[in-house]
Amino acid sequence: MKKSAFVLLVSFTLWSCTSDGPSGPDADDFDREAILINWADHIIIPSFTSFAESSAQLQSDAFTFAESPTLQNLETLRNSWQSAYLAFQHVSMFEMGKAMGLRFRDNLNIYPTDTGEINENIQEGNYNLELPSQSNSQGFPALDYLLNGLGENDTEILAFYTTSDNSDAYHTYLADLTSRIHSLSNEVLTDWTSGYRDEFVSNSGNGANSSLDMMVNDYIYYYEKHLRAGKIGIPAGVFSGSPLSSHVEALYSKGFSKALFNEALDASQNFFNGTHFESDGSGESLGSYLDFLNTMKEGADLATLIDNQFDAAREKAELLNDDFSAQVESDNSLMLSTYDELQRNVVNLKVDMLQALNINVDYVDADGD
Amino acid sequence: MVISMVRFAANGWIEKLYVEPDFFFSYYGFEWIQPLGEWTRVIFLICGISALLVSFGFKYRISIIVFFLSFTYIELMDKSTYLNHYYFISVLSFLMIFLPAHAYYSIDAWKNKTLRAQQIPKWSIDAIKFLLFIVYFYAGLAKLNSDWLFEAMPLQIWLPSKYSIPLLGDLLQQAWAHYAFAWAGAIYDLAIPFLLLIKRTRIVAFILVVIFHVLTRVLFPIGMFPYIMIVSALIFFDSGLHNRILEYISKWLKISKSFFDNGINYSFPQPWIQKASVSIVALFFMIQLLVPFRHMLYPGELFWTEEGYRFSWRVMLMEKAGYAHFKVVDPENGQRFYVDNTLFLTRFQEKQMSTQPDFILEYAHILEGYYQQQGIKDPEIYVDSYVALNGRQSRRYVNPEVDLTKIRFSLKHRTWLLPFDDEIKGL
Repeated sequence: MKKSAFVLLVSFTLWSCTSDGPSGPDADDFDREAILINWADHIIIPSFTSFAESSAQLQSDAFTFAESPTLQNLETLRNSWQSAYLAFQHVSMFEMGKAMGLRFRDNLNIYPTDTGEINENIQEGNYNLELPSQSNSQGFPALDYLLNGLGENDTEILAFYTTSDNSDAYHTYLADLTSRIHSLSNEVLTDWTSGYRDEFVSNSGNGANSSLDMMVNDYIYYYEKHLRAGKIGIPAGVFSGSPLSSHVEALYSKGFSKALFNEALDASQNFFNGTHFESDGSGESLGSYLDFLNTMKEGADLATLIDNQFDAAREKAELLNDDFSAQVESDNSLMLSTYDELQRNVVNLKVDMLQALNINVDYVDADGD
Repeated sequence: MVISMVRFAANGWIEKLYVEPDFFFSYYGFEWIQPLGEWTRVIFLICGISALLVSFGFKYRISIIVFFLSFTYIELMDKSTYLNHYYFISVLSFLMIFLPAHAYYSIDAWKNKTLRAQQIPKWSIDAIKFLLFIVYFYAGLAKLNSDWLFEAMPLQIWLPSKYSIPLLGDLLQQAWAHYAFAWAGAIYDLAIPFLLLIKRTRIVAFILVVIFHVLTRVLFPIGMFPYIMIVSALIFFDSGLHNRILEYISKWLKISKSFFDNGINYSFPQPWIQKASVSIVALFFMIQLLVPFRHMLYPGELFWTEEGYRFSWRVMLMEKAGYAHFKVVDPENGQRFYVDNTLFLTRFQEKQMSTQPDFILEYAHILEGYYQQQGIKDPEIYVDSYVALNGRQSRRYVNPEVDLTKIRFSLKHRTWLLPFDDEIKGL
C-alpha cells in the first residue's frame, strides 16, 4: 500500500509534468529586479531631478520678483510656477521612502487651498509650514492663489506686492513657499541618490513590504485618489451629488487645470509602460510583467487593454475646456464622461492587474476563500 | 492556541480588525454579535487563558466551554476575517466539550482520583480522527474541479509571485510545476486520511503531512494552521508514541507520569452523560457531513455566487478580486453621487466586501442607514461592481439596475447577481 501510493503520487506528478499545455508563463524566469531598476534609474530619479531643477528655478524667480515686483518678473515667475507644477505631476505618485516621511504630496498639492489661512499667515507672520495643519496653505495651490488669485487683474495682483502696506510680508511668504518646495524636492532627490535607490532595487522579493508590492499599491492609490477623483471626479461632483467647480486643480490660473491633468495622465501611463522620463526609450514595467504572466483577456492581453484605456481617457479629456472650473459650470457631462473612462482603468488596474500580479492590498492572513 | 492568541495580539490585529473599523459584517442570524470596543481585548484575553487551561487540563470542562464560546464569539464578530482554519478550531473545540480529554495527564486528573483513567473510550479518539478525515477528504473533493485540475488555477496566479523563495523560486515560474502542485495537492487531500488511518502507511503519511504543511506555510500567508494540522495528525498514532512524547515532557518538567498510569478505563460519571455526549457527537457529525454539500440546493456557479461556499472546507480554491463602487440616489430630487468606501471600511474589509455578495448587500444596508441619518429620506443604492475569478477577465457582478436597499437578507438564491457565463465543472 505504502509503495503503491508513492508510485501513484510520483506517476501523477510526472504525468502532469509532460501534459502542460501552451498556456502559462514560459520557462524563462522574469527578472523582477529589472522593473525596479528601470523605475528607479529611468523614471523616478530623472523625474525628481527634473523637479528639483524646476523648483530651484521657481525659487530663484520668486526671489527676483520679491526684489523687483514688476509685471515682467511676475510673468516669469508664473511661467516657472507652471513648469514646476507640471514637473511635479511626474513625481506625485512616488509617495514612498523619504517622500512618505515628509508627507511630500500633502505639502505640495492640497487643493482647494485655504485662502483664509494664507491671508492670516501673511498678516501675522508667525507660521510654521512644517506643521500638518499648514498643509493646505502652502505648495502649488497656495502659489496659484498668490500669483493669480489675489485680484481681478494683473494690476490688482501686483498692487499687493508693490503698494500695499504689508507688501514685504507678501514677498516673504512667496519666498518661504518656494523655498520650502525647493528644499522638500531636494531632500527627496538626495535620499534617492544617496542610498535609497539601492535599498529600493535590492528589495526585490515578494511580500507586502517588497518594493514591487508597495510601489504598485502606491501607484494604484495615486491613480484612484489623486488622478481620477482629485483632478476630475471631485470637481465633477461624483462624490458629492452636485458639482464643485472651486475644487479644481490650479483654480486661480483659469486655464491650466487641463494641462496638469494631461501631464499626470501621461506620467501614469508612462510609468505603467516603463517609458523613460522625457525620452522614447523604455524598459521593464508592469506592462511587460503582465505580458510575461500572459494574462489573456478577450483576445487582447491585459497590458494592451490598460494602455488603450489610458488613451481612451486622454481622448475624452481632449473635449474639455482648458479650465476645468469653467467646464464644470458650462457642461459637466463631459467631465463625467472623462471620469467614466478613468474609472474603467481602476477596474483594470485594481481588479485584473492586482489579481494577475497576486499583490494584496493589505497584510492579513487570507487563504483565498 | 495560546501562541495563536499571542500572535494575533502581537501583530496588532485586535486593534486593526476589531477596534478600528466603524462597521462590521455579521453572519446571517448572528447580527447581535458585535465587537465590544476596547473590551474586545478582554475576550481575547479570556480566550487565551482558557486555551492555556485546556492544555494543562485544569477545570477542563469549563475551560473548553469558555474557549469554544470566546473563540467562536471572536469569529462571529466580523465575517471579513472568516477562515476555514478558524472554523476548524471552533468545530474542534465544540467537539472536545463532549470528550473526556482531561482524564489523563492533566491537573484535573492529578487532583481528582475518581476522574483519573489511563484509557478513554475509543469513540472519543475516533471522533477527532473522523473530524480530521472530513476536513481533508472534503477539501480534496472540492479540488476536483476543472479550474484546479485543468487550469492549475488559482495556483498559477499565486505561485509565480513567490519568486524570491530560496530554491523553489525558479521552479514556481514553470507551468508544469503549477499543475504538479495542483494534482499533488488534490491527491494528497483525498489520500492522506486513509494513509493516516492505515497503520502500515502511517509514518509515510505523517512525513507527507509535515512536508505538505511546511510547504503551504512557506508559500501562503496562512498563519498557524499548518502547525495545528501537523500536531492534530499525531492523533492517528497509537498510544505508544503519545506515551513516549509524554515521558519526554515529564522528564523535562519533572512530573511523574506513572502517577497517571492506573490502568483504569474512563467511565462517564453518569450513564446519561455518556449517552447524551455520544448522541450530540453523532448529530454533530451528521451536520458536518451534510453542510458542505448545501451548495447543491442553489442554482448557479458556486465560486461565483458563493452560496454555500463557507463552512465547507473549500480551502485555497479561488482567487477572486473585485471592485465595488456604490451609487446613492435621492429619489426626491434625483441627486446622485458615489461613495468613498474608505470612509466606512478598512482596506481589508473593502477587499473582502468587493467580491462577496452577502457583504455587498450588508454594506448597502449600512450605507442606507447612514444616508438616512444624513437626511436622505429613502435613499436608493446601486452598485457598479466587477469581479475577476481565477484569472478570468473581470466582469460585472451585481446587477447595476437593482436598488439594493429593497433586497432583504436571506439564505435564498440571489437573483440580483449577474450570471457567470462560464462553467467550472466539479463537485
